[in-house]
Amino acid sequence: MTNRELIIKIFSESLKISSSKVIDTLEYNTISEWDSLGHMSIIANIEKTFDIMMDTDDIIDMSTFGKAKEILNNKYNVQF
Amino acid sequence: MFNFNNKVVLITGSTRGIGWTTAKHFAEFGATVLINGANNKKNLDSCVKKLKDNYNINSTGYLFDVSDYEAVKNAYKQIYADYKKLDVLVNNAGVLYGSLIGMLEQEKINRMLDINLKGSIYNLQFASRLMSRNKSGSIINIGSIIGLKGSLGQSAYSSSKAGLIGLTNSAAKELAPNNIRVNALAPGMINTEMAKEGMNSEKIDQRISEIGLGRFGEPEEVAQVICFLASSLASYITGQTIGVDGSWQV
Repeated sequence: MTNRELIIKIFSESLKISSSKVIDTLEYNTISEWDSLGHMSIIANIEKTFDIMMDTDDIIDMSTFGKAKEILNNKYNVQF
Repeated sequence: MFNFNNKVVLITGSTRGIGWTTAKHFAEFGATVLINGANNKKNLDSCVKKLKDNYNINSTGYLFDVSDYEAVKNAYKQIYADYKKLDVLVNNAGVLYGSLIGMLEQEKINRMLDINLKGSIYNLQFASRLMSRNKSGSIINIGSIIGLKGSLGQSAYSSSKAGLIGLTNSAAKELAPNNIRVNALAPGMINTEMAKEGMNSEKIDQRISEIGLGRFGEPEEVAQVICFLASSLASYITGQTIGVDGSWQV
């Protein structure tokens, strides 16, 4: 499974939404499933899957699916 | 009594007193014990060596000040690099400066709140993130009976310990979906250097007269409850504050 497939799977499974809904513009707090608890579930799964530990500022900044990929790519060397 | 084989346990402020006794208890029951001190590397290394030599377990010392956010963050990164998980956190590091309100220096107020309360929040924050990955964990905050009932000359200390009770209640609710349990202990007068600091024999006798069981508690009696809360025997206990005070009428 590629990193792109993995990150979509993480969002889909953490938020319990269809993978087709996981697009770059998907935004925190714009769907009921992506609330603060859902957000921390995403973080836990990202950290476990990619074997990293994110900074708190990055967790807060991860406001869209696209932004999440950007942060992971730029700061944690997870390529998509 | 307990089985902590393959469990990774971090105890903050664990080079002396209740923390050190707790470290030895976890070691006795097979845990990998991560100990912490703020500034004395030599002492920390000595504690690690004692745990390894006496209990034949894995142990690592992490030197960091619990009130330094960046240092805490880096310590957890290192713990993850070293062990890939954390099963138990005991938020034990604490300081106590007794003084009447009118004579309480700002520096001491800050230090008690920084170490006792904010340090515990920092550690809980990073520990819970490591635990969330495996959807399992137990966090034990070492509060105080003073945080529940207050005591003359301990306003700032009791504030910091009362804050830990609030932290426990809220974190227990928030982390329950991830199967992370959060509980607190409220020890009474325990036979440690910190608790007895500045007390003469008359004061000690007075304290003992206030305690239903007629004696100070021993650090081992606190460590046993900590181990219980960390163990699977307490698997349905979360958001609780357990008094270990021998019925001390503060």
